[in-house]
Amino acid sequence: MIRRSLLKLANPQLLALIGVLLINWLLFPNFFRVTWQDGRFFGSLIDVLNRGAPVAILAVGMVGVIATKGVDLSVGAVMAVAGAVAATMVVAGYPAPIAVVAALVVGLLCGLWNGILVAVLDIQPIIATLVLMVAGRGIAQLITEGFIVTFNDPLLIYIGTGSFLGFPMAAVIALVLMVIVTLVVRRTAIGLFIEAVGVNRAAASLAGIRSRMLLLLVYSLSGLCAAIAGIIVAGDIRGADANNAGLWLELDAILAVVIGGTSLLGGRFSVPLAVVGALIIQAMNTGILVSGFPPEFNLIVKAGLIFIVLVIQSPLASRLAPPRIKPVAKVSAK
Amino acid sequence: MAETGYALEARGIVKIFGNHVALDKVDFGLKPGEVHALLGENGAGKSTLIKILTGAYQPDGGEVLTEGVPVTLNNPQHAQTYGIGTVYQEVNLLPNRSVAENLYLGHQPTRFGLVDRRKMERDSIAVLARYGLNIDPSSELGAHSVAVQQIVAIARAVELSGKVLILDEPTASLDRNEVERLFEIIADLKKTGLAVVFITHFLDQVFAIADRVTILRNGKLIDTKTLDSLTRTDVVRLMLGKDIAFSGATKLEENRPLGDVLLDFKNYGRKRSVHPFNLTIHKGEVVGVAGLLGSGRTEMARIMFGADAADEGTVSVAGTQTSIARPTDAIGHGFGFCPEDRKAEGIFGDLSVRENIVIALQGKLGWFSALNRDEQMEIAGRFGEAMDIRAASLDMPVKLLSGGNQQKVILSRWLATDPAFLILDEPTRGIDVGAHAEIVRTINRLRDEGLALVVISSELDEVVAYSSRIVVMRDRELVAELNGENINPGVIVQAIANHKDGAQA
Repeated sequence: MIRRSLLKLANPQLLALIGVLLINWLLFPNFFRVTWQDGRFFGSLIDVLNRGAPVAILAVGMVGVIATKGVDLSVGAVMAVAGAVAATMVVAGYPAPIAVVAALVVGLLCGLWNGILVAVLDIQPIIATLVLMVAGRGIAQLITEGFIVTFNDPLLIYIGTGSFLGFPMAAVIALVLMVIVTLVVRRTAIGLFIEAVGVNRAAASLAGIRSRMLLLLVYSLSGLCAAIAGIIVAGDIRGADANNAGLWLELDAILAVVIGGTSLLGGRFSVPLAVVGALIIQAMNTGILVSGFPPEFNLIVKAGLIFIVLVIQSPLASRLAPPRIKPVAKVSAK
Repeated sequence: MAETGYALEARGIVKIFGNHVALDKVDFGLKPGEVHALLGENGAGKSTLIKILTGAYQPDGGEVLTEGVPVTLNNPQHAQTYGIGTVYQEVNLLPNRSVAENLYLGHQPTRFGLVDRRKMERDSIAVLARYGLNIDPSSELGAHSVAVQQIVAIARAVELSGKVLILDEPTASLDRNEVERLFEIIADLKKTGLAVVFITHFLDQVFAIADRVTILRNGKLIDTKTLDSLTRTDVVRLMLGKDIAFSGATKLEENRPLGDVLLDFKNYGRKRSVHPFNLTIHKGEVVGVAGLLGSGRTEMARIMFGADAADEGTVSVAGTQTSIARPTDAIGHGFGFCPEDRKAEGIFGDLSVRENIVIALQGKLGWFSALNRDEQMEIAGRFGEAMDIRAASLDMPVKLLSGGNQQKVILSRWLATDPAFLILDEPTRGIDVGAHAEIVRTINRLRDEGLALVVISSELDEVVAYSSRIVVMRDRELVAELNGENINPGVIVQAIANHKDGAQA
């Protein structure tokens, strides 16, 4: 069993992450240096974990949505809404835990709204979530009344910038979330049902799977994850910026999921690999930053990576290297 | 040219997928003016050979010759330039465009650089007339029956290519009259010197229309012979490589004491779908459903299963009135449903054989009582073995299996839920002889075990062989129920054609 899970680690995503990290190391020899200071770790590697956490958290929610053949474009806007809710409430004098819970509930409701549009009204996901992508920033601006709401609440700041056992809080939250979601989808039948609905919704419905409930669940989870990421980002800059919080991060989240091997056509998915996808993206960003290249390269390199991933996943590539089916000694028990 | 006398020839074709040899040095010769049937069980290599002859695949060995000259066919469009046209089982045309546009798509006659719609429609009328079709070329293709669409597809292929016509299971979605019509057209085309390759699972049709037959088995050429030198049994023996006994049954199951009433549908129907019908189903009986395509057979199955909700009438399960508004209700009562369109509504192509088998049982158990991998393997292995599913591994994607094995997977999926009632919609359509026999055997076994079954099939011989009772659908209405002795396909055909009162047997 252990041997099998070790073998599973040798997948293209992890190799790519290691490759990117090694290139960073070549360009910037101190890349792997991690120091201990003021009760926490410091270093480029830690930076990758910390900065990559918001997209990793979005990816945890997004991967379920994409596995059902959907997409959630609204997560960036929902981040802004959740940040705005949390910031405005602490500024208005509510205790921080209540503000955090309220922001999470708002995120969940945003996700539920998307889920209702997709599952009940049968609107195509890209359009359904586009509604909230556009409207969400407007709602966030209404909540903050057009200002950047700054705060000094220690709990929110701790969530954004604090550390736990020396590791950045954001990364710890992302890790815990990834583990919980992975366990929930894989230890229950939810993961199988998500894949079944993504592969063939008509057949899933005839096989007795309540696909509506499932879609409501995955979109709600995506909204909740977006809210968590929104609170982290707000805590990080000690303020809620309705215009810029989470801007374009939905695209990074989608990219992370696709790099993690989940097809936009739905079906097979992996939560941990989506998180690895987010880390690959961040490792490139950080690498370009620390190695002294101008940040403009960032977009070019990212585009290059997207291109390589798409080519690898293209039908042409799968024709050139047909997937091997491992023959099993015991043939259908016969 | 024509030194070989073949319009299209394949010599020593080898095709390898991964480490599986799909075709092993296969020779195939097609003469002008003949209908050449290509037979073999699913997985024998028919589709692969066709794809090589049409340029969709490139051979790994051997050569393709047209009129004696070796050619390289890059893709199906390229093959068309050598006069090779193909019509597939599913019509590959654009249902939302007009008939004329479909005929001339990509080759529209132009005037001053613009599509000359009038000429196109005028030409279309002339072309369609040759196929005995008198339809408005400006009408939407999708508005016509599948048979008409199929004929349009053939007309298009012949117009564009003109020497070789490859028909890949063209009759799978046609009813009896439509098949006859199609055969008349093929016979006419044959007279004009066209060479036709005909692939089908229906042996009757092979004997009705083909001149020669080539039989493949496991990627190897078994034989090419003229059909008048062969009997049906010979052909089946060559396909399977062994003798199989035909049941030859032409009468219903002998009357046996009926079991308890399991299901009672009263005035059950759905507007614009199925007229209200009455049907009582007992434990341990198979109710066959006969009727033409579009007669409401599938619609009846769907409302029985709750895939579409009934909007009138009542249903009782084991004496208790209940409501079946969605599939989960039906599954809760122990129903199972194998849909007609296996690919679109049955299988989860990318998921493994194992997951495809356990999914309905898992759906019944719900989100939180997940079967673990070992339990899934055990269940999939047990039912896979009982149904003789041939898969290299239970973990391989189900889409890589042949149609017959996919059907067995779906049947296993329902058997795993320990059902009381199964609805099978065309369970044997488009599958090979071996799988066919296995499914018929399973239907008989389940009936003997006390299950109630409703089986919809266009194969009348087959319906008669396993049904205890036959109901006939026409124009979305249950028009007759046939019981007792002397039921044979002829009687059913009469019931399908006649009016209600004439259907007593």
